[in-house]
Amino acid sequence: MVALTDPAPGARRAAAPPSRLARARRLHLWLALLMIAVALTSLTVGATGVQLWDVARSLARGEELSRMERVVLFDIRLPRLVLGLAVGAALAVSGAVMQGLFRNPLADPGIVGVSAGAGLGAILAIVLGGLLPPALLGLAGGHLVPLAAFLGGWASTLLLYRVATRRGHTSVATMLLAGIALAALAGAVSGVLVYMADDNQLRDLTFWGLGSLAGASWGKLAAALPIMLIAIAGAGLIGRGLNALALGEATAAHIGIPVQRMKRLAILCVAGATGAAVAVSGGIGFVGIVVPHLLRLGSGPDHRALLINSALLGAALLVVADMISRVVVAPAELPIGIVTAVLGAPVFLWILLRQRGVVDL
Amino acid sequence: MLQARNITVTLGRAEVLHDIAFDAAPGQLTAICGPNGSGKTTLLRAMTGDLPHDGRITLNGAGLETRAPWELAAIRGVLPQASALAFPFTVLEVVEIGLSRGRSGGDPEAAMQALARVDLDHYATRPYQALSGGEQQRAQLARVLAQVAAPVAEDGPRWLFLDEPVSALDIAHQLDVMQIARDFADAGGGVVAVMHDLNLTAMFADRVALLAGGHVLAAGPAAEVMTSETLSRAYGCRLRVGAAPPPGTPFLLPQAAARAAD
Repeated sequence: MVALTDPAPGARRAAAPPSRLARARRLHLWLALLMIAVALTSLTVGATGVQLWDVARSLARGEELSRMERVVLFDIRLPRLVLGLAVGAALAVSGAVMQGLFRNPLADPGIVGVSAGAGLGAILAIVLGGLLPPALLGLAGGHLVPLAAFLGGWASTLLLYRVATRRGHTSVATMLLAGIALAALAGAVSGVLVYMADDNQLRDLTFWGLGSLAGASWGKLAAALPIMLIAIAGAGLIGRGLNALALGEATAAHIGIPVQRMKRLAILCVAGATGAAVAVSGGIGFVGIVVPHLLRLGSGPDHRALLINSALLGAALLVVADMISRVVVAPAELPIGIVTAVLGAPVFLWILLRQRGVVDL
Repeated sequence: MLQARNITVTLGRAEVLHDIAFDAAPGQLTAICGPNGSGKTTLLRAMTGDLPHDGRITLNGAGLETRAPWELAAIRGVLPQASALAFPFTVLEVVEIGLSRGRSGGDPEAAMQALARVDLDHYATRPYQALSGGEQQRAQLARVLAQVAAPVAEDGPRWLFLDEPVSALDIAHQLDVMQIARDFADAGGGVVAVMHDLNLTAMFADRVALLAGGHVLAAGPAAEVMTSETLSRAYGCRLRVGAAPPPGTPFLLPQAAARAAD
């Protein structure tokens, strides 16, 4: 038979090119610095005149902080900052995980119905919460709306997963379509409830639906922060698996990834991170789409770096959006969801235009 | 040794494979041939653990179901018929993804070697999605080769499962890729390939399993299975197998074919 292959393939082999992963990992540091800078800036911006710089100077001189400074910094701005960082990171990581799971750059918890389920839970609590027996209301305290949102997100994720899973195999396409149906159903029920709502409830609904970090408190953080952090850390474990999944489920399994187990973990992480984030901050859109997409453009799609970078950039971005929302119409404030939508929707359309023909559902 | 016994596969309500037995030995290239819809790919997918099936499949002496995905990944690589990629990974990154569970652990040198083997090392930094169909197929083959690394290791032979590995390739790369599979088998590894091209099958395969309608019509050494009569029966058209003068390799002339009904 003819000699068909090069006798010494190694001899003319090109050298291994520099790895994009290494560059993406160097980005961790820069994004972390950005996040810290944004966080410090955010502490100095607000309706009152308390400046971080003044506070730092008084502390350095060993002076006591005034009562007003302490309240503004530690009870108002700091919890709000921590909430913004956590929600931004949770939403961006949820988006990145969903996109990896659905192998589609436009997937987002908002699309798959997780946010819709959480939103339905919140609306139910706002409109029908008053009908609950007072004992139960007392038990939930002021957390009825966040609690209901979290349960709604969790239940809808579980429902979707059940619908899409047969004999241990989860069909991503079925889950996507079921998510659309679920979102439509949640929208219809929400519509009925909005129709029934009185004026006060309507204002609550609107404000909550647009998203806001204004309700931040240490109490809310204590409930939501651990869930968000665990979910974000869990997502960090599946970077390799999501890379392999980009080649399709069968190939990922052939490469040695326990695909079903990985998908279950991914869904749990998304439900936890999104449910907790929506519960404490309402419907903040587009962070989960915009952040991972920008990072993929800049440093490649490798999920081992992408998930961490998404958390850092998502946190920074949401804190910036929150600053804008506090400054634009100060001393009042815009719902933050308006800011993220104004920033994010054009980027979303831009992705669609750039990838026409590449994105197919 | 790869052994499949009593393999029955039902897709939806239709039973597409009926009680099939299939063997493949290390050191050999075993081809699965047959007309469209005869169950070739279904059989391969059952043997790679992608399809639920009745019956028993053992690889290197242990049942498929007893091994974890990463254990299977260490002893066999699978080349699918077509692969869509979701995100803009480069060619090199695609090959490295194949290494994520392997022992060389993402070593860029191993990935570059595999790319050189399929003649794509100069495209390493290109986006995978920018390659032609045939180049993508070769990049996927590089990924599989990088994953299994060597044809034989201390704990037994390694296996390649190839689903129509040359369907999108030009003739030079068809020969190249078949030679890679041949070399792998000659070095002691096992190769199972779904093949459409009967001439390439005759040139490169040691054994052939000929499927028709979800049954094994014939299985055995290539020269014994690939006869005018058996092939004509399998494909439902009159085929005449000839032999090229020098090495006696069987070949067939499509010009001599005619519809069975004629």
